[in-house]
Amino acid sequence: MAVTRKYGPRALALVAGAGLLLSGCGGAKVGETQAASDGKGGCGTVNLAINPWVGYEANAAVIAYVAEKNLGCTVVKKDLKEEVAWQGFGTGEVDAIVENWGHDDLKKKYIDEQKTAVSAGVTGNKGVIGWFVPPWMAEKYPDITDWKNLNKYADLFKTSESGGKGQLLDGDPSFVTNDEALVKNLDLNFKVVYAGSEAALITAFRQAERTKTPLLGYFYDPQWFMSEVKLVKVNLPEYTEGCDADAEKIACDYPLYDLDKIVSKKFADSGSPAYQLIKNFTWTNDDQNLVAKYISEDKMSPEDAAAKWVNDNPDKVKAWLPSS
Amino acid sequence: MVAVSAPVTRRLPSRSYLTGAVLLAWIALWVLLNGRDTLPLGGAQLTPLHTRFGEGADVIDANRDSNPVFLYFVNYIRLFIDATVTFVQALISQPSFGRPVPLVGWLGVTGVATAIAYLYGNRKVAVLTAAGFVSFGLLGLWEESMDTLALTLTAVALSLAVGIPLGVWAGLSDRFNRVVTPVLDFMQTMPTFVYLAPLTLFFLIGPASATVATMIYAIPPAIRLTAHGIRQTPPATLEAAEALGVTGGQSLRKVRLPLAKQTIVVGINQTIMAALSMATIAALIDAPGLGKTVLKALQTLDVGTAFNAGLAIVIMAIVLDRVTSAASRRVEIAHRTGRSGRRRLRRMETAATAVAAVVLVYLSYTYVWAAEFPAGADLGSYVRRGADAASGWVQETLVAYTNGLKNAITYALLNPFEALLAGSPWWLVAVVAVALALLLAGVRASITAAVGCVLLVALGLWHDSMVTLATTLVATLLVMVLGVVLGVWMGRSDRVDRVLRPVLDAGQTMPAFVYLVPILGLFGATRFTAIIAAVVFAAPVSVKLVAEGIRGVPHTAVEAATAGGASTWQLISKVQLPMARAGITLAASQGLIYVLSMVVVGGLVGAGALGYDVVAGFSQYQLRGKGLAAGLAIVVLGIVLDRIMRAAAARAGGSSATR
Repeated sequence: MAVTRKYGPRALALVAGAGLLLSGCGGAKVGETQAASDGKGGCGTVNLAINPWVGYEANAAVIAYVAEKNLGCTVVKKDLKEEVAWQGFGTGEVDAIVENWGHDDLKKKYIDEQKTAVSAGVTGNKGVIGWFVPPWMAEKYPDITDWKNLNKYADLFKTSESGGKGQLLDGDPSFVTNDEALVKNLDLNFKVVYAGSEAALITAFRQAERTKTPLLGYFYDPQWFMSEVKLVKVNLPEYTEGCDADAEKIACDYPLYDLDKIVSKKFADSGSPAYQLIKNFTWTNDDQNLVAKYISEDKMSPEDAAAKWVNDNPDKVKAWLPSS
Repeated sequence: MVAVSAPVTRRLPSRSYLTGAVLLAWIALWVLLNGRDTLPLGGAQLTPLHTRFGEGADVIDANRDSNPVFLYFVNYIRLFIDATVTFVQALISQPSFGRPVPLVGWLGVTGVATAIAYLYGNRKVAVLTAAGFVSFGLLGLWEESMDTLALTLTAVALSLAVGIPLGVWAGLSDRFNRVVTPVLDFMQTMPTFVYLAPLTLFFLIGPASATVATMIYAIPPAIRLTAHGIRQTPPATLEAAEALGVTGGQSLRKVRLPLAKQTIVVGINQTIMAALSMATIAALIDAPGLGKTVLKALQTLDVGTAFNAGLAIVIMAIVLDRVTSAASRRVEIAHRTGRSGRRRLRRMETAATAVAAVVLVYLSYTYVWAAEFPAGADLGSYVRRGADAASGWVQETLVAYTNGLKNAITYALLNPFEALLAGSPWWLVAVVAVALALLLAGVRASITAAVGCVLLVALGLWHDSMVTLATTLVATLLVMVLGVVLGVWMGRSDRVDRVLRPVLDAGQTMPAFVYLVPILGLFGATRFTAIIAAVVFAAPVSVKLVAEGIRGVPHTAVEAATAGGASTWQLISKVQLPMARAGITLAASQGLIYVLSMVVVGGLVGAGALGYDVVAGFSQYQLRGKGLAAGLAIVVLGIVLDRIMRAAAARAGGSSATR
């Protein structure tokens, strides 16, 4: 025991010394191959909020790639939920949100009242929110896509959570929902069950399609999962201007969202070329879905996915660049 | 409440009849009054109180740049914490000082960590530490792991700097202890989601907010255990010191603190574990590290990548836990044996280890191979693929059986229980709660129960609270079944202990976000999924505490029973379980608190009610006030249940022979 005790530290020192000798013979030194960074100047740092969904990530990745490669900006990505990201306009820590779904309350607070944010136009993506069923159901029960027939099928949707009624699986907490009011006002024999996260909704739809079990749930498009399982929308009474004015009395479908970009006032006034880029940025749902697919299904990093898309679409990118 | 009544009733016949009568009357009245005065509130509905809570946040936002508290206090704290975290990151995780790599590379960090483990722990944990740190590199997550380590260590260091002095104070002063205890309860039960967004108003987006969020959750164990250690000093020792004319300050430094050292080290251990458990949630406000990897992977339901990062967190937790535990044992041994005579040898050993660590640090500062982990050895992709395959297989093949299990428990246990709690008029539940608390736990507990019920009604979330309570109690019941079965097994056999313990550690430290997808695949977005998540997290604590209790049963009692011809079953049920009752009650109350801390995660997988209210409040601007109210409701549930269980346990313990 005493012997090993004595050897312990010595052995350690020996090993370390040997390592020192060995390394003295070879090995690249830190800093030897460091390339000098060349600043193209004039852009500076852009703080991009990254909201937690893949479609957003696709927008942000492409904008960041172009800003860094073509304009020489330094892009700092900050992973934030929407509300925290909007707060960042006020505290000066976020320059841009590049895919915004509605959020009229936040617009009112930060654009109209606090005046720390301004709109930077639409992204070109159209957001659809509504009730969806897995494709196998639409095939087997073709008339299910009309809301008037939902009560006929309510029994199919019963679960352990829905208390004897049909289950309407709701609740990605990030999205506003009128579904409790809709169920009541359309006189549907359904109960809203809150799944609580996007992961829960997607897993539920994935399992429903695989095991051919019935499911009716709240979902949205563009979303990467749509390219894996093409969910079918159930048509509610059509949206008309103002039909959603009173939250308690809503009896119509969700409006079509023009997804838009929001930037901080400070950033908009800075004259940064990155602001011009973000303002000019528009693309189609297909474009976004493609980049989202690179990220989610092909498991590419957002940077690689953006690089691939930018190289394949030089003309679209050219149109976004500031005219100088 | 119901769960507690079982062991108590057996010994107190008159009280047990009364308890039974209360329960029967409740059921009878429920049949009559079902559905009346249940105070439900729709998902998007708000009460005036919720609106007012929401406006509170706007006041902070408006005053941040003018209020002196911000200008001269909060802002300096923010700058200080930001600078500290950035410095530690520059040391071990991020490219810094114009270098393409951090100051200390993987070899240096591993060397220093191993040296610390060797000097403060023992050879075994040193080997474990080296293996653990190398595995971060092998999993392909060196930089992320170091970011998490940097943030965790900073938060722990600051927590201890604040917590240990406060703990000493709480240990010396009864009045301060009384004031601080409910504050600590509040900090530990308030869901992080509630204060995450407001924190970024105070400390902005960045390391400071993440560190403070972590500290809020990690400080309480440091304060509690320090105070506990200080209080434990035997009165005889203190009297002896006093007789020798020792002053107050000397007695603290020379008598109380040295004696409390071991308990304080246990507190440090708990603080580290608590800080690490925040890694994923802090990533929601841009905290760097492994948590980000987990959350990103969840967006595309990439179980493999999430599991890989979760595994790194588990390894880090196990390494830190074993090292601090070994250090605490060493403190204890040193204390028992007194100063060893081989001081010179120890000094030489220390010097040699330190030199070896410094050499490794130098190497990793200078050479690329020691700075950046070699990319060739890629264990991560195997782990990712393996976890993906396992998750896919489980979801495809087991789903046929899991549905049955889910339905059985939901229809037989959860739904009736929820109907009773959430379907009764609120005043009836309140009366029953107060009566049961009075019968089982005494007058003070019944007052707590009454105040709690009133608060829940005032918060406007009575119905949601009852739904959450039903789920919580069913989960606690399952936790206790598992706790007793596995705990007895583990307490009786060291071999079982060795196999089971790492599994339990993994259950406790693996971020829930990692296994959300597979369990959602198996059980759907349901309350039962939330129960499973809670059980995975809470059962390990209960199992460990029960095992500890079983092991604490005196050998003489076990030997006497065995000699008397008792069978194994008789030995367990007649000797070991009754004598370990203190440990089992502790396991139940801790299990309950742990289950409650998973309410928010439950909200993410279909439990609805309070958990969903908190999550939605974090995500939707107009619901933020309701989220805060739901967080407060969870705190109220936690404190009321904890006080009732503690009082009931104390009463049960007081009337038996064990105390």
